[in-house]
Amino acid sequence: MNNDELLLKLLECVEYGKVNKDAPYPPQMKGQDGADELTRQALAQGIKPADILDNALIKAMEKVGQKYAEKKIFVPQMLVAAKAMNTAMEHLKPYFSSGEVRKKGKFIIGTVSGDLHDIGKNLVAMIVEGAGWEVIDLGVDVGSQKFIQSIANHNGAVVGLSALLTTTMVNMKSIVMDIKAKYPGTRLIIGGAPVNESFSAEIGADGYASDPQGAVSYLNSLVA
Amino acid sequence: MQPIAAKIQLQKILISDGAWGTFLQEKGLAVGECPESWNLNRPDDVLAIAKSYIDAGADMIETNSFGANAFKLTPYGLADKVYELNKAAAQISRKAAGDNHMVLGSIGPTGKMLMMGDITPEQLYNAFRDQAIGLSDGGADALVVETMSDIDEAVLAVKACKENTQREVICTMTFEKTGEDAYHTMMGVTPEQMTEELVKAGASIIGTNCGNGMAQMIGIVKAIRLVNNTIPILVHANAGAPIYRDGKTVFPETPEQMASYVCAVIDAGANIIGGCCGTTPAHISLMVETAKKCRV
Repeated sequence: MNNDELLLKLLECVEYGKVNKDAPYPPQMKGQDGADELTRQALAQGIKPADILDNALIKAMEKVGQKYAEKKIFVPQMLVAAKAMNTAMEHLKPYFSSGEVRKKGKFIIGTVSGDLHDIGKNLVAMIVEGAGWEVIDLGVDVGSQKFIQSIANHNGAVVGLSALLTTTMVNMKSIVMDIKAKYPGTRLIIGGAPVNESFSAEIGADGYASDPQGAVSYLNSLVA
Repeated sequence: MQPIAAKIQLQKILISDGAWGTFLQEKGLAVGECPESWNLNRPDDVLAIAKSYIDAGADMIETNSFGANAFKLTPYGLADKVYELNKAAAQISRKAAGDNHMVLGSIGPTGKMLMMGDITPEQLYNAFRDQAIGLSDGGADALVVETMSDIDEAVLAVKACKENTQREVICTMTFEKTGEDAYHTMMGVTPEQMTEELVKAGASIIGTNCGNGMAQMIGIVKAIRLVNNTIPILVHANAGAPIYRDGKTVFPETPEQMASYVCAVIDAGANIIGGCCGTTPAHISLMVETAKKCRV
């Protein structure tokens, strides 16, 4: 395979969640090389890590995020794609450490105080990571102090707040206020089943995303 | 007591209860507090909710046990209280229901994903089994596995109930509208797929709960009926999608708005109708009155 063919094949593996040769999923790609083998091959063939990242991995995850937003695929397909992406990323780690390739920026995410639900938050974290951002996941039941501490450690990071419950979405308001009081320049985006655009505006957040790809679009617009 | 599925053969339409979680919050359940802990700490408040739905005319009520599985109780330090909390939940609803109304033991999802490798199928099964036994011992007439989105988790829960208790098993999943006449759960399950898998697993009543209001339930019930014309169907609808108003979140549909869809839901093929988040005894009471007048 020439370089372009190889990158295209790798893109397809990530898009459809083909992790490695042995992986049984997806059935139509059974027995073929997966993200694991193809990333290794791409590096061995001399393709630049940045090319692999930009022209295969990030493009694939963008397609995945887009299809999810259009309700053409659902959580399981997104999870396997993220798994294939992570497998490929393992091979690129040394190039991130050396500085040869860079992340687009930092994104701190957490489910707000009182809320223990993490599925939606995890999905956003995966897709944002797949879009080339460094993700700092603070977990669930995260209050203002923990967010503020993390912003102190990660200068300039964008912050994402998640909530599933109608009773905990109201906690977003105080967290947004606390963060803005301490770090007025921090960009904040919110998401979760019960929240929407107008709630986001009302509590003083900078953005709202109805799905993971929406978070990526917002983040990318900040660095474009 | 006669099985619910058999009652449906005779009577056709039954009314279930409304919300528990949002009702507990109104009674003072704090954010971050374990709702099921009230079964032991504030049983009178839980009993009052159960009674209010019986008084509203419901044929059956649920139990305050939606999140009482080992996984969800762990963060509250209550993982060793699964049996106790579930048994107490069923006892409280039994007390309110008496001998003439039915008690459905509520079993919600664990919040863990099989696909992510968070847990094994065996761990899931065991968690549901422990909950089912507690509810059964507390006097539940049936078990209702609800708000499911993953078909594998739903099937494991139904089997765990079926294989470890003598109770009738109901299972409902939560769908959203994904296109013209298309509905999927978060995990991509369609009403048609659900029907096939849950009937095979041994559920004697299936259906749908939560979601974005009563109106959307019509299409989901129709989709189930397309592939199965005999299985009794239960619908527990939210009072619309939540909106934020004056500093708090409210479910906007009034009893009148919800009741206006009741006959259409029955017409589509539902046999048991009740409420989920945001519904109150007033919603249930009006559903009872409305259902009597629907053409069956």
